[in-house]
Amino acid sequence: MAMDRTLRLRRTPSPRPMTLATTATAVSVEQLVKRYDEVEAVRGIEFEVQSGEIFGFLGPNGAGKSTTINMLCTLVRPSGGSAHVAGHDVVTERDEVRRNIGLVFQDTTLDGYLTAEQNLRLHAELYGVPREAVLPRMTQVMEMVGLWDRRGSLVNTFSGGMKRRLEIARGLLHSPRVLFLDEPTVGLDPQTRSSIWSYIRELKSREDITIFLTTHYMDEAEYCDRIAIMDQGRIIVLDTPEALKASVGKDRVQIQTDDDAQAIRSLKEHFGIEATVAEGMVTFGVGEGEHFVPRLFAELGQPIRSVNVSRPSLDDVFMSYTGTTIRDAESGATDQRRKAARMMSGGR
Amino acid sequence: MATPTAIEPQQQEPDPAGGHKVAAVRVPTRTSRGELRAIKVVWKRELIRFRRDPLRILTSLMQPFLFLFVLGTGLSRTASAGTHGVNFKTFVYPGVLCMAVMFTAMFSAASLVWDREFGFLREMMVAPVRRSSLVLGKCLGGATVAGFQGVIVLLLAPLVHVPYGVTWIAEVFAIQLLLAFTITTFGVMVAARVTQMQSFMALMQMAIMPMFFLSGALFPVRGLPRWLEILNRIDPLTYAVDPIRRVVFANLEISGEARAVLVPGVTWWGWRVPTIVEVAVLAALGLIMLAVAIVQFSRAE
Repeated sequence: MAMDRTLRLRRTPSPRPMTLATTATAVSVEQLVKRYDEVEAVRGIEFEVQSGEIFGFLGPNGAGKSTTINMLCTLVRPSGGSAHVAGHDVVTERDEVRRNIGLVFQDTTLDGYLTAEQNLRLHAELYGVPREAVLPRMTQVMEMVGLWDRRGSLVNTFSGGMKRRLEIARGLLHSPRVLFLDEPTVGLDPQTRSSIWSYIRELKSREDITIFLTTHYMDEAEYCDRIAIMDQGRIIVLDTPEALKASVGKDRVQIQTDDDAQAIRSLKEHFGIEATVAEGMVTFGVGEGEHFVPRLFAELGQPIRSVNVSRPSLDDVFMSYTGTTIRDAESGATDQRRKAARMMSGGR
Repeated sequence: MATPTAIEPQQQEPDPAGGHKVAAVRVPTRTSRGELRAIKVVWKRELIRFRRDPLRILTSLMQPFLFLFVLGTGLSRTASAGTHGVNFKTFVYPGVLCMAVMFTAMFSAASLVWDREFGFLREMMVAPVRRSSLVLGKCLGGATVAGFQGVIVLLLAPLVHVPYGVTWIAEVFAIQLLLAFTITTFGVMVAARVTQMQSFMALMQMAIMPMFFLSGALFPVRGLPRWLEILNRIDPLTYAVDPIRRVVFANLEISGEARAVLVPGVTWWGWRVPTIVEVAVLAALGLIMLAVAIVQFSRAE
């Protein structure tokens, strides 16, 4: 009796509304909230992602990025608010959402005891890819990530970067409208990271797809069309990387001294500059860094051991909106929150 | 095939970068056909993984072999007083046929715990198919590989003085498959809750060893002390060992006296339970546990 339940409860297939293909909004989120027992991981966020965008979620570990992505992927039920992906509600139209999204998680979800090809074929079967389309599509996505020649190898023999590439290929196999990448480059060496990014950009030029990703690498966020900075469960700011950098405006100066507290006092007294300690260095922003540094040496009244001037980067954007650098925010993120993020990424 | 499954000839113009043409696929909405494909592929995965792991085939045969040839041979002299001329190994054989499938079925279910740990479970859980299809595929897969293990032990029949026969082998194999399915569903049900491999293995050992010892695999089930008789009758494995023993012994030429002592059959309040009812008990149990496992996995996020 339990066996034929599978068959009996099936729904009549509803024709796919073709208008959705041209819907301008790929993801829309309203007042989305997720609470775990004691922790409010996501505290009422709102945003929209346009079709064809590369949209980045930026923030330290534990900021609520993974929780948000998991809600959008129907893996975690929101505690409040609503979200639509590819035009479908993530709570009431779970299957429709799933059919329209590709997923690449932080941790690998490949079966290491199967070959690359077997992993992809399994995925094709689970997603109901039409039989005659499996081979051409599989060839295409595997060639794209440069793994076609290794299709017969056991996934266990793959390096971390190869596994990630294979997961991206698998995520694309059923031609999703939205590809979710949760920290796609975490734990990879710089060279592999940049190759993953070249696949992502190539993908955007080739397929009609929206890419939604999370990262805590500032340099990677630069590749996104728009980014949302998330901290402590809230979206703090959302714009293009250029606009965000322009909003900060100033150059960033970092100096190393023997007495940081004294240096901060002197900066305030002599120059009227508010400085803070970030990443172990006295950090502050000024209009034109190069011209300021000579004055600094002359007037600070204490030895400076090193100095570093940089143009505004996303780090500075993050800093100016959250009052801390992403690395410091990360070391400050409570284990509690990390645990919460872990728990739900664990799949239960 | 009424569903819109055709490849959409969405051959977009070659992109400026000079790359390939896009062969976008259209994934159809949920159909029973799609669910069947999911069941089949999960089942097939079990088979592929089993074939890749010859060590597992060997290790799972270890315990049955020990019971059959070491315990069976060692005890045959001592036991000969009570077996009316039937070799003790022959007597233990039906129990060992059960044991052979039990361990493999258990390991199949255990792989679910690994799947969770290594993340693969997530790939299945996010697929647009019913969780029941995944659970069913898994249980059928476990039953199939365990059944294969059962065949190996079935082939040993002549070594324990049981001549080959098409009918009895087919009947025993069917019961073995059913037992393997039931044990796998039990394991899958447990794996839905238990996320640690160590705990899972400990739990399964704790369940399987008493089940084996209480089942009558090693002793006749009549004339037992009251407490043991009760435990024996509530042990699900009893309803696999007894029908298999009946089938195997029906094929042997032994004295009526020996038959009465060695194959007394399970009784409920003095009523001799027919084979068909015993098999039904086993099947019902498997289906109930399957339902529980499906509910548990459907709830999991």
